Amino acid sequence: ALIISELELKPPPYSLNSLEPHLSRETLELHWGSHHRAHVARLNSLIAGTDLDGMGLDDIVIATYNKGSPRAPFVHAAEVWNHDFFWQSIKPNGGGQPSGKLMELIERDFGSFSRMLKEFENAALTQFGSGWVWLAYKANKLDVGNAVNPCPSEKDNKLIVLKSPNAVNPFVWDYSPLLCIDVWEHAYYLDYENRRDEYVAVFLEKLVSWEVVSHRLDIAIKRAADRAREDEKDS
Amino acid sequence: KATKVFAYYGLTSPPYKLDALEPYLSRRTLELHWGGIHRGYVDKLNEQIAKSTLYGCTMEELIKTTFNNGNPLPEYNNAAEIWNHDFFWESMQPNGGKLPPGSLLQQIEKDFGSYSNFRDEFVQSAMKLFGSGWVWLALKTNEKKLTIFRTSNAVCPLVWGDIPIIGLDMWEHAYYLDYKDDVSKYVNDFMDHLISWHSATARMFRAQAFVNLGEPKIPVA
Repeated sequence: ALIISELELKPPPYSLNSLEPHLSRETLELHWGSHHRAHVARLNSLIAGTDLDGMGLDDIVIATYNKGSPRAPFVHAAEVWNHDFFWQSIKPNGGGQPSGKLMELIERDFGSFSRMLKEFENAALTQFGSGWVWLAYKANKLDVGNAVNPCPSEKDNKLIVLKSPNAVNPFVWDYSPLLCIDVWEHAYYLDYENRRDEYVAVFLEKLVSWEVVSHRLDIAIKRAADRAREDEKDS
Repeated sequence: KATKVFAYYGLTSPPYKLDALEPYLSRRTLELHWGGIHRGYVDKLNEQIAKSTLYGCTMEELIKTTFNNGNPLPEYNNAAEIWNHDFFWESMQPNGGKLPPGSLLQQIEKDFGSYSNFRDEFVQSAMKLFGSGWVWLALKTNEKKLTIFRTSNAVCPLVWGDIPIIGLDMWEHAYYLDYKDDVSKYVNDFMDHLISWHSATARMFRAQAFVNLGEPKIPVA
């Protein structure tokens, strides 16, 4: 029998009105129920019957990014990935402060939690046109076969804030994203109109799930360590 | 003591009241889009220009210079977005839409086959834009032909020496309050009820000072 593996629209891990008053039910109905859904549908129709059919979403994103010469399904695959990641980055009664290893690295790499927030906020306000802003864990790994870092240190792996246009995400550059905010205007226009600064402030103060970010950091660190070990074995 | 006069760029008002495009574009949308976003670009540009050697350029010169052959300088986005928005407001009028008048219609039929081909292509082009940007009907100066194309973010056809005739803002802020994610309705309403063929015609006449669209008319002595 023919097996058709369709990628599915994952619902946010909370009900659509549970981020109110910070993000309205109407915004989520449109943003998740319509924009996100349309990317899933479009992606499924573009990959049906191609070499991408049956691959996992991560692999589709990397394959279609095609080292910077994106194939047609890329924008939809990446937008599905980004939106899944965005919904999971926030929660009702979020905000507050991170703790443990995450806080430690934030303080090491940005000086303080508030300086990291400032940098994140500034990136979100200056992203021109549609796009995303990220906190990511950048492992020191070059995609060049024979490149070797002569003096590797723990600090090579660090937290960074960066922005990306339209659908691009740092995952395609081999970074491990930890947190993202959607700064496409559809993400905030109904609730905040053109006051993006308010949206970004509320996102950081009331919505971010630092538990999820911490958990992602653990995975990212483990992934980087596993790879470093593998590289050593190879060399 | 003489007063210092600073002649920076000003915010130009749309040539109609902010509620004059209702029900297709609401007063609130224009208050935010013109009074907030467009104004924001003017304020930011003036701040940049105040400490810059670019002071004194016309807007067109400023856009071409700061585009810097595709490696835009920091002023570019603000300058181009001011020009694009001014151009957009004047691309619309209350009771717009309908058919272009004779001479322009002829040119459209010549370059697109028919008005309905042109209309379909414009709508399709707008629907295909991914991310923020603009859709243009412009006169290509080398090909001497009307052409539809889209640009990302702040890119403005002036930078390639083309002569824009109509510009449609496809940034989400242009339509989200009024149309939400129904982009198709926004673009169709623009074509049917808002587009100003009056402005387009005036722009075509001006364009013909730079581009000869027919056989050269050489006066015979």
